[in-house]
Amino acid sequence: MTDPINDPADDLLGDDEVAIEATLNGRPLRRRVKARQHLADFLRQEMELTGTHLGCEHGICGACTVLIDGRTARGCLTLAAQISGKTVDTIEGLAESGKLAELQAEFIARNAAQCAFCSSGMLLTAYELLSSGETWSRADIREFISGNMCRCTGYHAIVDAVEAVIALRAKS
Amino acid sequence: MSADALSASGIGARIPRRELKRLLSGYGRYIDDIKLPRMLHACFVRSPHPHARLVAIEVAAAKRAPGVVAVFTAAEINPRCEPFVGVALHRPGHRSAPQHLMAAERAVWQGQPVAIVLAESRAEAEDAAELVAAEWQPLPAVGDQLQAIVPGAPVIHAELGDNVAFDFSLEKGEPAKAFTDSDIVIEEELRFERQMAMTLETRGLIADFNPGDGSLTVIHAHQSPFQMQEIFSRHLKIPEHKVRVTAPDIGGGFGMKLNVYSDEIATVVASMLLGRPVKFCVDRLESFVSDAQARDHRIKCRIALERTGKITAMELDDIGAVGAYGMPMRFNVAEGMMAITMAGAPYAFESYKGRTRSVYVNKNLIGMYRGVGMPFACIVGELLTDLAADALGIDTVEFKRRNYWPKSSLPCVTPGGQRLETVSFHECLEKLVRLMHYEALRKEQAELRKRGIYRGIGIATFCEQTAYGPPYYGPSGASISTQDGCTLRLEPSGSVRCITSLTDQGQGTLTSVAQIVAQAVGVSIEQVSVLGGDSAISPYGGGAWASRGTAIGGEAALRAGTMLRENILALASALTQTPADALTITDSRVINTRTHQAVISLAEIGRIGYFRQDTLPRDFDVQLSVSASFAANDKMYYMANGVQASYVEVDCETGFIGMLGHWAVDDCGRMVNPLLVDEQVRGGIVQGIGAVLFEECVYSEDANLLNGTMADYLVPMAGEMPDILVDHVETPEASTRLGAKGIGEGGLIGAMGSAWVAVNDALKPLGAKVRHQPFTPERILDALARARAG
Repeated sequence: MTDPINDPADDLLGDDEVAIEATLNGRPLRRRVKARQHLADFLRQEMELTGTHLGCEHGICGACTVLIDGRTARGCLTLAAQISGKTVDTIEGLAESGKLAELQAEFIARNAAQCAFCSSGMLLTAYELLSSGETWSRADIREFISGNMCRCTGYHAIVDAVEAVIALRAKS
Repeated sequence: MSADALSASGIGARIPRRELKRLLSGYGRYIDDIKLPRMLHACFVRSPHPHARLVAIEVAAAKRAPGVVAVFTAAEINPRCEPFVGVALHRPGHRSAPQHLMAAERAVWQGQPVAIVLAESRAEAEDAAELVAAEWQPLPAVGDQLQAIVPGAPVIHAELGDNVAFDFSLEKGEPAKAFTDSDIVIEEELRFERQMAMTLETRGLIADFNPGDGSLTVIHAHQSPFQMQEIFSRHLKIPEHKVRVTAPDIGGGFGMKLNVYSDEIATVVASMLLGRPVKFCVDRLESFVSDAQARDHRIKCRIALERTGKITAMELDDIGAVGAYGMPMRFNVAEGMMAITMAGAPYAFESYKGRTRSVYVNKNLIGMYRGVGMPFACIVGELLTDLAADALGIDTVEFKRRNYWPKSSLPCVTPGGQRLETVSFHECLEKLVRLMHYEALRKEQAELRKRGIYRGIGIATFCEQTAYGPPYYGPSGASISTQDGCTLRLEPSGSVRCITSLTDQGQGTLTSVAQIVAQAVGVSIEQVSVLGGDSAISPYGGGAWASRGTAIGGEAALRAGTMLRENILALASALTQTPADALTITDSRVINTRTHQAVISLAEIGRIGYFRQDTLPRDFDVQLSVSASFAANDKMYYMANGVQASYVEVDCETGFIGMLGHWAVDDCGRMVNPLLVDEQVRGGIVQGIGAVLFEECVYSEDANLLNGTMADYLVPMAGEMPDILVDHVETPEASTRLGAKGIGEGGLIGAMGSAWVAVNDALKPLGAKVRHQPFTPERILDALARARAG
C-alpha cells in the first residue's frame, strides 16, 4: 500500500521536489524533500528534530553539525536531497542511544555548556574526535573543535570534558 | 547561614546545573523550536542605505507571492505604536528624536525596517520580501562621531539642530592645577571600534494576540519579560494585566537581548493586525544590521603623578557614536557615563575630570552589551598606571600595591563618584601574583626578549557595578524594575515549587536559586523545582541584566524560603504541640532540636495543610504558598571587583597575537555556586579577549557595514584561546542576608584591560604601541612600522 504523503515515486514529485531514501537516527527514511531545503531546515521543520540548531546558515558557527555516514557535516551547507543513500545521526538519536553518555556527563560535571545552543554541534564534533581512538593533546582538542563556536563558556571546560572522556577510555 | 542548614546542595555547593541534561540531549525548547496553531512567519525588508529618502515603496507583487498573507509598511504599522524616545530624564540635555517602528519617509541606518512580510513559512516570507520594491534616494551619511560633530556635517534629526545626543562633564578636586604642577604626565588616545554581542542564537519572538479577549501573549527570547510586558502594554495600548511575556530556553543574551527592538514590536503589531500568532526569528545576516551594537568610542585620557609615585589626577574625554536614535529604556549614555565615572576607581587620588559625549551617526543603535562602559574605565586606568609605573621605573605590581585605595580608607567615594565598601583589590592582587607565578613569568619574558621573542604581561584591576538598585534606574523615568521576586509553594508531597521573576540565558541562575531555596527551607535540591521568566505568574521583577540575578533574585528567594520555613514550622508546632523555636527543618523533616528526633515530615505537613485542615485548630491560618520581593532601596549597586592577568606573544613578522595564559581572581561576594561562578568568569574572559583581538563591525566612512557575515566578523574559537585559571576572594555584600554580588561581566571587563596592557607590554622593547581596538595583525604591523620609522 502506498503512503500518499511520503511515497517517493517519481511520478508524484513536483518540479521542485526530490525523493530520498536514507537512514535517520537508525531508522529508515523515505521522503519527498524540497530541492532547495537544507538538511538542518529539513530536520527541524519536517522531522521536528529541533535539537539541531541554526546559528548562521552560512557554514561558520557549527551549531547545525550532524553526522553523515559517521562524519561531522554542516546541516546548513548540506541539502536534504544530498542525504539519499546515507546515514544521518542527530543529537536526538545519539543521545537516546547512549553513545554520548560519557561526554554528556563530563560536560555537565564541568558546566561545559551555558546557553547550550552550540552543544548539539559541539558534542557531535567531540564524538567524532573520540571515534578516532587516537590520543589528543589539549592543543589538538582545541584545534579539532575550532569549527564550533561557543559564545558562553570560553572553551576551557569543554576541552577539560573531552580530555576527561579520553582519559576514561584509556583506563578502560 | 545557620550551620545546620548547610547541605551538599545548598549555598556554596559546587554542583552542576540541573538544566543541562535536557539541553545536552536535544530537548531544549528555544524560540525557533516552537510552533503555534495558525502561526505566520515574518521577514523584514530593511533599508540598504545608511541614510536615504524613501521615495516610494511597492508591495503589490509581494502580496501576490505564494504563501503570503500580508505585507505591511510604516503606513499600517507605525500608527499602532506610540513612538519611542530613548531619553534618560535624569540626564539634563540628553535628547533623541522620536523613533517609530518603521522608516516612513527616510531611513537613518542601514538595516532600519521598512516593510514586514507575513507568510505561511519563513522561506515564503523571504521570497516575497525580495519582491518588495523600494525606491531610495541616498542622502549624505555620517558614521564617525568626530565627523558628525563638525559644523556642516549631515544632521540626522533636523529637529535636534545637531548630532550631539548628550554632553556631560564632571570635576573633582583641582585637576587643572594637578596636571600643571605634577612631575609626570602621561597622555594617550584610545579608539574602540564597534562590535556586537553575537549570541549564537539570534533574537526571536512569537507574538500571539488573541482578538477574542484582546490579550497578548509573547514568547520572547528576551532577558526581561517584565520590561517587555510594560512596553507592549504602554506602547500598543493593551491593559498590562492582559499582556503576558514568557521566556523560553535562550541561546545567549549578554545584554543584547535586553534591548528594545523596533522589528520585534512591529512583529507584535502584525499579530494584532492579523489576529494570528506571528513568529520572527532574526536571520544571522540581518543580526549584523539589527542587533544593538556596542562600543564605538574614542577616548583621550591622561594621568599625573608625583615623582614619589603618588597619583595626583586623572582626566578622561570620551566621545561615542551611538547610532541613529536613543536606545529605548536603556539609553545611549551608559557606556560613556561608566567610562568617565569608573576610570581609575581602584586607585587613590583626589583630582579628576571627565567628559563624555554621545553622538548620533547613521549606524545601528548602541545598546546594552556585557560590561557596557566598564571595560573602557578598566583599560584607561590600567594602561595609564602601567605606563606610569614604567615612567617611575617601578614594577607594575608594586605600583598597584602602593596606589590602590588602602583597606583602611574603606568605605570611600572615588573622585569619579564610585562608592567602594567591601572591595578587595589588595587581596585579589596578592592571590593573582601567586596564582600566575608572576616573578617567574617576568624572568621568562626577559630571557625570551633576548632571543627576539616578544611576550607581554598585563595585569588589570577592575571594579564591576553589579545589581543596580532603584536609585540607579528610578530617576531615569524608565519603567525598569530593579527588584526581583520569588513565590514558593510547598507541594502536598512535601517538595517545593519555586517561581522566580529571574530569567536564565545559560548563566545557571535558576540552579543557584534552587540551592538558596533548598537551604532556606531545609530540603535537598532535588525537592525544589524552579520556573522563571513568566511575567504572568511570578512576583514582579527585572530579570537578567547588570549581573543581578543571584544577588537580587537570590536574596528574594532566600527571604521567601525563610518565610515558607517559618510557616511550615508554625504548622508543625500546632500539630506536635512543640514550640516553633524548638523545631527546625532538615532534609524534608521537621526535627525537634532538643531531642534531635524527627517529629513530622514535610509530606505530612503538605497532606494535612492542603487536605486535612479539619484536624487543625479552627483559627489556624495555613499559608504554604509565600511570596517575597527584594530591592535594595538605597543602593546604586553592589560593587564587585577583581584582578586579571594576560600573558601574550606578539609575532612581529605576521602581527598575530598568541594568547599563552590567563589568570583571574574575582570577588563577587558570597558564591552560591562556585562552579557556575568560575564558568561565568571564563566565558567573560574569552569574550573580552575577542573584543581586544578580533571583533569589529567594519563600516565605510559613509556608514555602510562592510563585514556582515560570520566569515568576516571574527569571534574567538577554541584553538586561539588560552587555558584560564580562576580563583576567588569572597567578601560578602554587607547589606544583604545572602551577601552575593554579581559575576556576569567582571570576566570580560578585566580581560579587556589585561589584554590591552599585555599586548602593549610585549611591544614596549620595540618602541611600539597599539591604541586602536581590535588589535588586528594589520594594526600590530602598522604599530611596529611606525616605531621603526621613529
